[in-house]
Amino acid sequence: MEHILINWLPYTFAFLMGLSMLIYAVLDGYDLGVGMLIDNATSHEKDRMIASIGPFWDANETWLILGVGLLLVAFPMAHGVILTNLYLPVAVMLFGLIFRGVAFDFRAKVPFQQKWRWNNRFFYGSLLTSLAQGYMLGSYITGFENSLSGFMFSCLIAVVLASAYCLIGACWLIMKCEGTLQEKAVKWARYHLVNSVVGLAVISLATPLISDRIFEKWFSFPAIILLAPIPILTGALIVGLYVLLRRMPLPQDRYNWLPLVITVFIFVLSFCGLAYSFFPYIVPNQMTILEAAAAPESLMIMLFGALIVLPVLLGYTALSYYIFRGKASDLRYD
Amino acid sequence: MELELDPFLLSRIQFAANITFHIMFPSITIALGWILLFFKLRFNATKDEAWMQAYFFFTKVFALSFAIGVVSGVTMSFQFGTNWPGFMETVGNIAGPLLAYEVLTAFFLEATFLGIMLFGFRRVPGWVHTMATVLVAVGTTLSAFWIIVLNSWMHTPAGFEMIPNDAGQLQAHASSWWAIIFNPSMPYRLTHMLLASGLTASFLVAGISAYRLLRGDHAPPVMKALKTGIFIAAILIPLQIFAGHEHGLNTKEYQPAKLAAMEGAWETKKGAPLVLFAIPNKEERRNDFAIEIPYLASLIVTHKMDGEIKGLNEFDVHPPVAPVFFGFRIMVGIGMLMLAVSWAGSFLLLRGKTLPRSYLYVLVGMTFAGCIATIAGWYVTEIGRQPWLVQGVLSTKDALGPISGGMVLSTLLVYLLIYAFLTVSYIYSLFYLARRAGDGGKRDPERSTPLIGERHSSAAAVLE
Repeated sequence: MEHILINWLPYTFAFLMGLSMLIYAVLDGYDLGVGMLIDNATSHEKDRMIASIGPFWDANETWLILGVGLLLVAFPMAHGVILTNLYLPVAVMLFGLIFRGVAFDFRAKVPFQQKWRWNNRFFYGSLLTSLAQGYMLGSYITGFENSLSGFMFSCLIAVVLASAYCLIGACWLIMKCEGTLQEKAVKWARYHLVNSVVGLAVISLATPLISDRIFEKWFSFPAIILLAPIPILTGALIVGLYVLLRRMPLPQDRYNWLPLVITVFIFVLSFCGLAYSFFPYIVPNQMTILEAAAAPESLMIMLFGALIVLPVLLGYTALSYYIFRGKASDLRYD
Repeated sequence: MELELDPFLLSRIQFAANITFHIMFPSITIALGWILLFFKLRFNATKDEAWMQAYFFFTKVFALSFAIGVVSGVTMSFQFGTNWPGFMETVGNIAGPLLAYEVLTAFFLEATFLGIMLFGFRRVPGWVHTMATVLVAVGTTLSAFWIIVLNSWMHTPAGFEMIPNDAGQLQAHASSWWAIIFNPSMPYRLTHMLLASGLTASFLVAGISAYRLLRGDHAPPVMKALKTGIFIAAILIPLQIFAGHEHGLNTKEYQPAKLAAMEGAWETKKGAPLVLFAIPNKEERRNDFAIEIPYLASLIVTHKMDGEIKGLNEFDVHPPVAPVFFGFRIMVGIGMLMLAVSWAGSFLLLRGKTLPRSYLYVLVGMTFAGCIATIAGWYVTEIGRQPWLVQGVLSTKDALGPISGGMVLSTLLVYLLIYAFLTVSYIYSLFYLARRAGDGGKRDPERSTPLIGERHSSAAAVLE
């Protein structure tokens, strides 16, 4: 405990970085999910689905820049190790992000006959981005292990994360859409809930097996009892969400926000589980948070800025969600 | 024999390709944000709907440029880590906080309020919408401020000391943030870049508007935008020539080798001539086919006929000459052309004359002149810093990460394909948007989907 108090600055930044990544996974998660789901929708539904994320996607993506930015600026030594190891998946993710980001604008500005091409690019961009992020997460969990089993594990996580993004995307659509599109979204949510849960279960079982250290952290006494609420709560939320989705949409569109909230909690709990598994490492089994941290005077000036800016940032993010509350309508500039 | 793939060279090409592609879009959006605000404020003041139509048309251009700027910018932030980890490992204590401040103060601001600015016109009161436009413009400019601070620090580092870490690696530690932020070249570079953005955006606005006029689209917003573009360019270009000159003097003081490369000066001379054109010959260390004006370089740089300009031979290491030399001439050449075109246009407009078609064609041809000049200028300053990444502190070679040439080549090829494709799509879409606006917006896909709720015939009707 004393140790943490002395070195509070790097740990604070590790916390802030983790928080940004979590917020990113939730926020860009839903819009990437919507991007992947458009493949199953009619042309008119596509417009509506994209309209539901239109005012938000740009700011959502900024959380990725903040998360990676914090890694870059607060843990410069780890940043290089992680990103050089992930060279190709990062490149793939960037190709995906580029296509997705520009397709969003191009599809609304090119001649009508070409729109479907940009819709396709939007879909493939979203898919590629999600898969690459999942692959990176998997590769990170295994400590960048270069083996067939490591590769298979990373591929599995790639699919699971993409499915989890589809789940949260579908829950977003349940809240923002109505009519047949909403009914479709409920079906998508059910489908991807089952997928993600199977995946999550496999990962939860496989991760401790891959790493002895993580096994120790979870299955030693008394950790196993103190940590029990995480899997139990996650399980309860999953069951609750499944039951709820079977009855949706409810009359008068009641509780249309509830699936999204439950999914966010599932994301948060999964994230806590991961964070606990890795702590105090920032590069698994290679480099700890303290070893990688930037100089205290640099961390201090960033913290100073972050403490002033973050509340303002959260404030105007809330303002934006307030302005664009309610069911999505068509995107118009005028 | 196996082909040797040099990850250093390939990584440099990759970063250069990336930043070349990227810089076009921020240089458009930084100033276009303020031009949009101008349109909005004119509408607020006059209630003339034409201003609002000009605003809506150019928000489309803004949104598209902004989106490409964002995604190509994200790419760069990752390349620091994937290709150049030595940069952050050595100067991360300085670069880190500057980048963090850019994300925190600028990125979120512009990204969030862009949503409100683009899609919120009907959802928020007029003043909130105007405020969102202000904040987007402020955000893009703040973002330019922080990134120019960091870039300037890489040219003229100040306010730091090098301290070895536990492993014995020297790392920069901040000693004065004031000195870091207001490093010697920052005010010059920032001014030069913001004015460059102003010129890029005004020529873009003028070029697209001229295209619409040439197609017979004489709607009031077209003329308003055209005048705005020409007048802003005419005001900014003399300021830019002065700012560029001052920046050159700053370079002479802090990076004399770069200045020598810009001037194509191999030997130190008193009363050095201005080299209008030449082909720098690096083997024999002289210029071939030189066309020179005697004494002029000394006069411009030192303000004296017999002032001394240090030549490249004085320096143990100096940047490659040809790209800096030609880049500089392309930038200055376009600048002079901008002066002629914007002043000629302003002269005609102030006299109340109609602009001849030939003049409009010139404007269309110069739609992206600002982008080209900006890229050329960045080549001058960035290649002019080589072989350093951070002048005198970190050489570019030492920042390279442990990556294979083949891997870099594969990503480089994909990047080049994507950038070429997007550049073509972007230019095509801008002119398509211009044509479609001329058709009265009846085939506007953003409006083509059946709308839920009522349609308003005009923006003004909503406001009343």
